[in-house]
Amino acid sequence: MSSIPYIVEERPDTGLTNAKLGIWIFLASEVMLFGGLFSAYVFLRMAAPAGDFEYWGNKLSIPMATINTLVLISSSVTVIMAWASLKLKDFGKYKLYMGLTLLCSFMFLVIKYFEYTGKFHHGIFPSSSTFMGIYFTLTGLHGLHIIGGIVVMGYMWLPVGNKMWKTNPEMFTNRVEVAGLYWHFVDLVWIFLFPILYLL
Amino acid sequence: MSNNEHEHIQEHIKIYLNVFGALAILTLVTVAVSYLELSTVEGIMLALAIASVKASLVAGYFMHLISEKQTIIWILILTFVFFLILMFLPLITVTDHTGIN
Repeated sequence: MSSIPYIVEERPDTGLTNAKLGIWIFLASEVMLFGGLFSAYVFLRMAAPAGDFEYWGNKLSIPMATINTLVLISSSVTVIMAWASLKLKDFGKYKLYMGLTLLCSFMFLVIKYFEYTGKFHHGIFPSSSTFMGIYFTLTGLHGLHIIGGIVVMGYMWLPVGNKMWKTNPEMFTNRVEVAGLYWHFVDLVWIFLFPILYLL
Repeated sequence: MSNNEHEHIQEHIKIYLNVFGALAILTLVTVAVSYLELSTVEGIMLALAIASVKASLVAGYFMHLISEKQTIIWILILTFVFFLILMFLPLITVTDHTGIN
């Protein structure tokens, strides 16, 4: 059986590989998914009694979220360095950078875990207020995206990645690039979540 | 791989590290700004402006949008239009609401 076309070469009509076009269309749908919730946030905030969002928002930990922002930005750099390493044909460095990316993503989840459980200990749940409802929904959905990224990038980091690199290095490089695009998007969402939930 | 491409990637890596520095600094700026005595509207505008700059850096350099093909740019412009509509929906409903009262 012949392989699926336009995985490595660009399609003449779109000028893109299928994977590249596919991930961007997926990310466009993701923009709408998060967009709907951001829109809900605006709606709820405008309808809330004056000072209500500020009151509940002040219960969140800014230092923890700031560290998490830095962790996520770092992981965005390491994932692109992983891809650049493959472009330079340096698989050892790829392993290192992808490993660091995974480490950062786990760190993000651990910090998030402590944030969540800290709230639960103080009797704060999604049902506590409108703000907490949208806070847990937005950060929960974002957290699920982090887990999704870990699954995909973890798969490519494990020995199965070595095999793919040996049999079809160009395809593997493209896969890492596409996973990287998704990961940058997850970072991008957090860049907006951080100020609207923690700082405003 | 040609030497040329090698140098090209090396240049890109430098850009990535610079963008990382900028993102880290802007994160600290956002936090610092939130402690200023600003009105709610000013605070929201400033925070969103900084977030937009950060998002542009990520999308432009990490996601290579500044040198990406037209097809993707058009998909994203279309997405952005729909995104804006989503964001303005709450405003329409509120106008409607105050109209009733």
